Amino acid sequence: MNELAEKKAIIRSLKEEILSVEGFGTGPDSRMLDFGLGPLNIAFPGGAFPVGAIHELISSTEACAAAANGFVAGLLSTLMKNGGVCLWVSTGRKLFAPALKFFGAEPHRVIFIDVKREKEALWVMEQGLKCNSLAAVVAELRDISFAESRRLQLAVETSKVTGFLHRQRPRTENTLACVSRWKIRPLASRAGELPGVGFPCMEVELVKIRNGRPGIWQFEWKNGAFKVVADRSRMVEKPPLTQKQRHYA
Amino acid sequence: MPRRYLYIWFRYLATDRMAKISPGLRDKPFLLYAPEHGRMVVKASSRSLERDGVSPGMVVADVRAILPSVEVFPDDPVAEEKLLRNLGEWCLRYSPVVAIDSPDGLILDISGCPHLWGGELPYLQSITARFRKGGYDVRAAIADTVGTAWAVAHYGKAEMIIESGNQTEALSQLPPAALRLDTGTLQRMEKLGFRQIGQFIGIPRQNLRRRFGEAMLVRQEQALGIMPEPLTPVQPAPVYLERLPCLEPIRTASGIGIALKRLLEALCSRFFSEGKGMRTGVFKGYRVDGETVQISVGTNRASRNVAHLFKLFELKVPELEPALGIELFTLEATLVEDVSETQEALWSTATRDQAAVSELLDNIAGKVGVQSICRYLPQEYHWPESSVKEVRSLDEQPETEWRTDRPRPIHLLPEPEPVEVMVVLPDYPPMHFRYKGEVVRVVRADGPERIEQEWWLQSGPPRDYYRVEDERGARYWLFRLGLYGSRKPQWFLHGFFV
Repeated sequence: MNELAEKKAIIRSLKEEILSVEGFGTGPDSRMLDFGLGPLNIAFPGGAFPVGAIHELISSTEACAAAANGFVAGLLSTLMKNGGVCLWVSTGRKLFAPALKFFGAEPHRVIFIDVKREKEALWVMEQGLKCNSLAAVVAELRDISFAESRRLQLAVETSKVTGFLHRQRPRTENTLACVSRWKIRPLASRAGELPGVGFPCMEVELVKIRNGRPGIWQFEWKNGAFKVVADRSRMVEKPPLTQKQRHYA
Repeated sequence: MPRRYLYIWFRYLATDRMAKISPGLRDKPFLLYAPEHGRMVVKASSRSLERDGVSPGMVVADVRAILPSVEVFPDDPVAEEKLLRNLGEWCLRYSPVVAIDSPDGLILDISGCPHLWGGELPYLQSITARFRKGGYDVRAAIADTVGTAWAVAHYGKAEMIIESGNQTEALSQLPPAALRLDTGTLQRMEKLGFRQIGQFIGIPRQNLRRRFGEAMLVRQEQALGIMPEPLTPVQPAPVYLERLPCLEPIRTASGIGIALKRLLEALCSRFFSEGKGMRTGVFKGYRVDGETVQISVGTNRASRNVAHLFKLFELKVPELEPALGIELFTLEATLVEDVSETQEALWSTATRDQAAVSELLDNIAGKVGVQSICRYLPQEYHWPESSVKEVRSLDEQPETEWRTDRPRPIHLLPEPEPVEVMVVLPDYPPMHFRYKGEVVRVVRADGPERIEQEWWLQSGPPRDYYRVEDERGARYWLFRLGLYGSRKPQWFLHGFFV
């Protein structure tokens, strides 16, 4: 019996080690943040939204980009909860700062950096990711190569800052060193028979997640928190990945 | 030991300034004017023009009628004041106490100074010669009191140095105007036949007071040294400059780095003792071939952290071209601010975090420019574009709450884009609209939210905002500019909701 418990402890520590090697921040505080994503948590390795990693979001239309920024703003509210500062780097920004307040993030604690070229945006993002006093770094740009994303990932691994890479209408959806790839689409609001527009509603597709289970969920932003739209959610059941596929996922 | 004062009168300060700016004017007739009661009045005239009888107070049109060739320029009293201040700071080489006597004089407290120049006469000659060489026509006089020095500088005939205690004799030959009196008193004296100070200097005080008032007595007693005259000395701005001469010319980047580090250490230790920090700094290298190369940095917050400042400069060191070598390095803090030790925890995070963030921003500003960094604070305006204000400083906090009672889009277009719409009834949201060549069918809509023009800023028709949702779930923010009625109102797309 004692032997079994010992083995379990060894396996747990080995699993944690594998996760950290795969680029997931497994700091002591990573479990403590509750993003209110509910059933989405089972998609992540370790059962919690990976902080201290870079997430890639891809949006194809302007409405999708707005939805993706809304989703990021919802996550930022949790990341910035204990007074953190966020860096928002972009080339051609449309974000309207007061709207962040609707998603629970303090707009005056977001520092906006508007640059002209994507190379500069990447440089700023890397500098930001290296500074562990920041709560999060968001970058809005179009194209990024695998090598560039690896640099960002390396910066994140030491500083444990969470990064979001929001790519709008990228030329190719190339593989990156980020831990996940998301696609957020707006959904018709569920006002029922009532007139008018309801709460913001979005379809969250987790296209890729390293060592996790991709799927599609539907969320509503209601009363300052994400709320799963129960009747529409579904998990994409995929055959278990082989070791090689998992490596590239 | 009696105090000694030197008064320097710049007779043609304004015109000398013009002549220094454009040397071609030096011997030409020209004047400076300013509007007064709807007329252009002469404020200062050049020396050659003064010989022709043009004096301040004449109307420019009259002067032009007499001398058509005269050149005229607008007067700039602010620049003259600044010039006088600079001259005052320059005079600190002659005396530690220099005061400015607007509009055209300097007062130097020279007690204990002239012996360094070998006496008062060489001292006075040295000052006047230096100013004349610099292109300023000056008259200077030395006396026991400011009043007497002023009088002799303005009206003195021969002797410009008044021996100690000889004020009464020196003043007695001068006109009453030499006592710095106002025009009314001077006119009264003229009427009474007082042409020289000596005529009334012996009259008892009470008689003079009854006739001319207290102010005249004050001036007279100040000139005689019975009453003290306070001075406001010029305070020169402290210069934060460090120099590092090199035995051998430096040509390598690592050598420049070492020089920079030493200068920064010296400067920062001075900042620590004075409680200051650098906002902008210039690092200069004087090359063997006589050229000067320089790099400059700026910080978001006053900083005296050697490592941080070094990092900022280090980014730019490759821009320095040492060529044959640099033989002298200087580091100057051109903008210095106080650093308060107990800066409030404005970000409600640890101060260390705040310092790290501001250092990160300095780094970013060094690369992409300070104008690309901003934060937003709420502003009490309804107009969406002006409901936020951009701020550059990290410390500023919102004065009002962020409002969430009205829906605001997450994406706001920088310029509202005109769209074509189909509307069933006035005041109804559109049925469908065309945006970027695509027809968007509206399924659900909220609104209108009317936002009137802020009449104290601009006038125009109000905007009626609608939040609409199409069949695919995309949510837009549309507005109609103006009302249905006399003219057809225009519709715009202004943003996207989540």
